[in-house]
Amino acid sequence: MEVIVSTLINGLSLGGIYAMIALGYTMVYGIAKMLNFAHGDIIMVGGYTIFVAMAANNPLLAVLAAIIVCVVLGVTIEKVAYRPLRGASPLAVLITAIGVSYLLQSLAQIVFGSAPKMVTVYEFGSVEFLGTTMQVSSLVTLAVTVVVMTVLTLFVKCTRLGRAMIAVSEDRDAAQLMGINVNGIITITFAIGSSLAALAGLFYLLKAPNVSFTMGAMPGIKAFTAAVIGGIGSIPGAMLGGILLGVVESISYKITAIAPYTDAIEFSILILILLVKPTGFLGKKRREKV
Amino acid sequence: MALLEVNDLEVYYGVIRALKGISFQVNEGEIVSLIGANGAGKTTMMQSVVGIIPKRSGTVIFDGQDITKTPCHKIVKLGMTQVPEGRRIFQELSVYDNLLMGAYSVKDQQQFKEDLEAAFARFPRLAERRKQIAGTLSGGEQQMLAMSRALMTRPKLLMLDEPSMGLAPILVDQIFEIIKELNEAGTTILLVEQNASKALEISDRAYVLETGCVTLSGTGKELANSPEVQKAYLGG
Repeated sequence: MEVIVSTLINGLSLGGIYAMIALGYTMVYGIAKMLNFAHGDIIMVGGYTIFVAMAANNPLLAVLAAIIVCVVLGVTIEKVAYRPLRGASPLAVLITAIGVSYLLQSLAQIVFGSAPKMVTVYEFGSVEFLGTTMQVSSLVTLAVTVVVMTVLTLFVKCTRLGRAMIAVSEDRDAAQLMGINVNGIITITFAIGSSLAALAGLFYLLKAPNVSFTMGAMPGIKAFTAAVIGGIGSIPGAMLGGILLGVVESISYKITAIAPYTDAIEFSILILILLVKPTGFLGKKRREKV
Repeated sequence: MALLEVNDLEVYYGVIRALKGISFQVNEGEIVSLIGANGAGKTTMMQSVVGIIPKRSGTVIFDGQDITKTPCHKIVKLGMTQVPEGRRIFQELSVYDNLLMGAYSVKDQQQFKEDLEAAFARFPRLAERRKQIAGTLSGGEQQMLAMSRALMTRPKLLMLDEPSMGLAPILVDQIFEIIKELNEAGTTILLVEQNASKALEISDRAYVLETGCVTLSGTGKELANSPEVQKAYLGG
């Protein structure tokens, strides 16, 4: 029983991290119609920012710095690398995104070296929770995830700007005809995605206190998988896919016989779901315009 | 006075010259239509004037201001808007939210409320369905919504691209009736239509577009009576 509870909570908190990253992929895909494969590396930049900022020994300040750096970086990447390619073939944009990803990783490697750096953001300790010993950081991650998702959902559903984002994702030309500045909306989308990536970076460091120049790669791929499972372009889909993947991963790690195959199991789920439901759980089949 | 003046407008799709130097003008208070067959360049012209498709050369002057290079969302704020071909309402948003998006550039809450009420008074069906997701509306209702959404900015010039497309004849009559009413209330109208007889009937002036060129122009009556137009577009 205790094992089930702790596995589930760990899974949910890991899933929350995946969901936060997946939201960045899915919102950018929905609104800018591109796959931003450099998104995972924003997490890494957030991690290094926290590492550097922790010199001041103030965790809150370090997190704030990470969010600011990631937002500025994400918005700049969009302006410099992706905006000039608006209207270009999707393949050109995809290759550019992969290029940006390598650029960020290589820069980090040049600046910080190849060896991982230790960084302890904050020692939360552990508590007795429902008969089991839990890391408080997992509970904090879970709580922050719930808050972030609620706020984001309300923002998209209830504000004018949020609905403008839906409008742009559905029909860019029609949105322009409403007087909506599409480039402005895309900038905001990148800013939101990047700030969520910074938070994800923080929660990674709470789980495993190492930063390395490749630390964004695996979570990036996993979260992308989560976004596709949930239905790329769909915000609730990214949340669902992320949580699902986190729980599966957590359970799989607990079962000794299959633990080494955890990644394989997760990606197999992706393949299975794509075979049965190519649009993912909550994805819509879009009418392609001619 | 010319509200919209298009001079020598050229548009390319890659290497294909879709508009080969088109000039026309719309005077304040007029209904002007552009008629022409499929592929003549009507929609291209509409989209390039409003800034969705880039222009290769030529100038567009709106309300005394050069808007040739102005981005679409700013042109809309100047008082020109468009009901695009195929209506293009936001399917995932409610009727109310579609109208809210129409008023995206309107900062005045009072004006938004007034215009919302005006829209619901004009089309009571929309009022009944204000909370309904727009994708579930019928074709006619979607056209009503698309027109209402465009009117939320109180445009000086309303451009309509094929408003009668895919609608039942009784709805087509209603839509044309409303276009006339809007015009009488002071909105200048630029209309693109394949339904040439209907369009010419309500137009002050009209232009005929053929493979990217203006080939004929005149008053609505003149064109309706011209043998060439009758032969090519009116089934005469």
